[in-house]
Amino acid sequence: MPDVRQSGAMGEAFVMDGGGIERLAAHLLAEGRSVVAPVARDGAVVYDAIEDPAEIARGVRIDSRPGHYRMERDGTAWFDHVIGPTPWKRFLHPPRETLYSMTRSDDGIEVEATPLPQASFAFLGVRPCDLAAIGVLDRVMTGGAHPDPRYAARRNGTLIIAVNCRVSAETCFCASMGSGPRADAGYDLALSELGTGAQTRFLIEVGSAAGSALLEALDVAPATEADLAEARWNAAAAADAQTRAIETEGLARDIRAAAEHPHWDEVATRCLNCTNCTMVCPTCFCSTTVEVSDLTGAHAERQQRWDSCFNVGFSHLHGGAVRQSGRARYRQWLTHKLSTWEDQFGELGCTGCGRCIAWCPVGIDITEEAASLRRTEP
Amino acid sequence: MPPRPRLGVFKFSSCDGCQLSLLDCERELLDVAGALEIAYFAEAVSAEDTGHYDVALVEGSVTTEAEALHIHDIRARSTTLVTIGACATSGGIQALKNGGNAAGFLKMVYPTPAWLHTLESATAISDHVKVDHELRGCPISKHQLLELIAALLAGRRPQTEPHATCLECKLAGQVCVMVAEGKPCLGPVTHAGCGALCPGYARGCYGCFGPKETANTASLSAQLGALGESPARIARAFSTFNTNAPEFRAEAEAQGDD
Repeated sequence: MPDVRQSGAMGEAFVMDGGGIERLAAHLLAEGRSVVAPVARDGAVVYDAIEDPAEIARGVRIDSRPGHYRMERDGTAWFDHVIGPTPWKRFLHPPRETLYSMTRSDDGIEVEATPLPQASFAFLGVRPCDLAAIGVLDRVMTGGAHPDPRYAARRNGTLIIAVNCRVSAETCFCASMGSGPRADAGYDLALSELGTGAQTRFLIEVGSAAGSALLEALDVAPATEADLAEARWNAAAAADAQTRAIETEGLARDIRAAAEHPHWDEVATRCLNCTNCTMVCPTCFCSTTVEVSDLTGAHAERQQRWDSCFNVGFSHLHGGAVRQSGRARYRQWLTHKLSTWEDQFGELGCTGCGRCIAWCPVGIDITEEAASLRRTEP
Repeated sequence: MPPRPRLGVFKFSSCDGCQLSLLDCERELLDVAGALEIAYFAEAVSAEDTGHYDVALVEGSVTTEAEALHIHDIRARSTTLVTIGACATSGGIQALKNGGNAAGFLKMVYPTPAWLHTLESATAISDHVKVDHELRGCPISKHQLLELIAALLAGRRPQTEPHATCLECKLAGQVCVMVAEGKPCLGPVTHAGCGALCPGYARGCYGCFGPKETANTASLSAQLGALGESPARIARAFSTFNTNAPEFRAEAEAQGDD
């Protein structure tokens, strides 16, 4: 048998048995990494740091529709659960962090920046839509003149094990956004689950030297043409199963042109401005910065916390908030995702994961709203 | 060293739970007492109510004529007046009597209703005097109380954001009980501050903190209906601790509350 450790070059493909997932997780844990993986908890598949490979969700399927998500136990597949409510930004750009601490003493005020995080994440089970979203977030957080050093420190230490989808949820529309259901770059390893039950195995595609180095911990064999064909067929079937889509051709232009469309008022009657879509969105990056002080006045902190354009205070300038109405706030969000993001960052801010559709408590569907906004007035 | 600001804690019609949130600040209580002179607080110190207060914390709603007069006295003797809790900020659970037959309720409960002198309705403190800050909740969050006191001492804006409870629920990494389990939840229309406590224990939000900014109660009610809640049950959900908050009251009425 050839020594695959020597031949695990980028772009090459291998296969391992189904249990290889647990070996991979165990190896990453043994390396001292914080392994974040899908875990079945509180009725959903969430991404959490695990301590034991046995915690990884298995034999779980989801039913995800507008404003509706149900997790069911079914079969033994590892990754047919697609996605849950957790965006990976939670780990790279956490909901809350302290940026600076300030302490007052007789000698004056001492300001101390929080040390850069020493993160060493392994993300296990990143779907292609989310892989694309991490790329979008990379460009937002580190691509400009003022990169976020905390994000960069976490991101640079992160190993990504992507998982291609062979199942689509009803809320998925990655195929139309060009981000899935099969990842073609941006991962260290990409896995495709093949077969079922005792026949379960994984196709492994190598995307980096770090990914290649992991192969020695796994019992892998070179992939056959049949394995590659099965993975391609599965991804095509997942794409065909998608019932939602956004036509990206001319999208940014059309949404810009719809600024005064009456449909915004109709959405505003349903929109709760509750912030859920922005919280679950894998690319929504907005945060607010607040200063807090303690009772003694001797200690203060500058804290960063996720914020949302659905909050009135988000657009507060001198004299008050610019976007008072629900219409204005929903328009801001959707227009940024599907139009002005392109002006700002050269791409769209949506990768078709569908979380905003499923986790909107009233099921507002970005694909339907975008389509309505592109229709001329009735 | 300048004198510590004087704090007064006052009770109107209420259960004392919000005042007790101050005593519940066990670890921070000495810091509070160090930063403020607790000049009047019937639950904790025996001093009489006298003189001027830099900060007055007011719990409870106005439900008697005596209270309606007393709040003006406190206002006149306070630099900063803060209402604490659902009773003080919206009237509380006792405001369920508003618009009903108050005399009939009295007769039902008390053997000698003639001895009682209550107003027809229970109202928020802000219906009577100017309020500088409010803390929501039934009861209030002790974290928000400490934050408010720290902010007042530092002369900065307190971080008591008026957005939805959902934001706190998501920050905490909790799974939405409405989407994932179909449980009715008032989180999307409820003011943050509790840290999304009930959803963290797999329950829908009861709306203890009252309406959030720009609450879209009609849309939430439509979804609650789709989840199987009857108009009567939806009306009841909006008719609890903050029944007299205008947005919740209007939604309960729109659902045909009787």
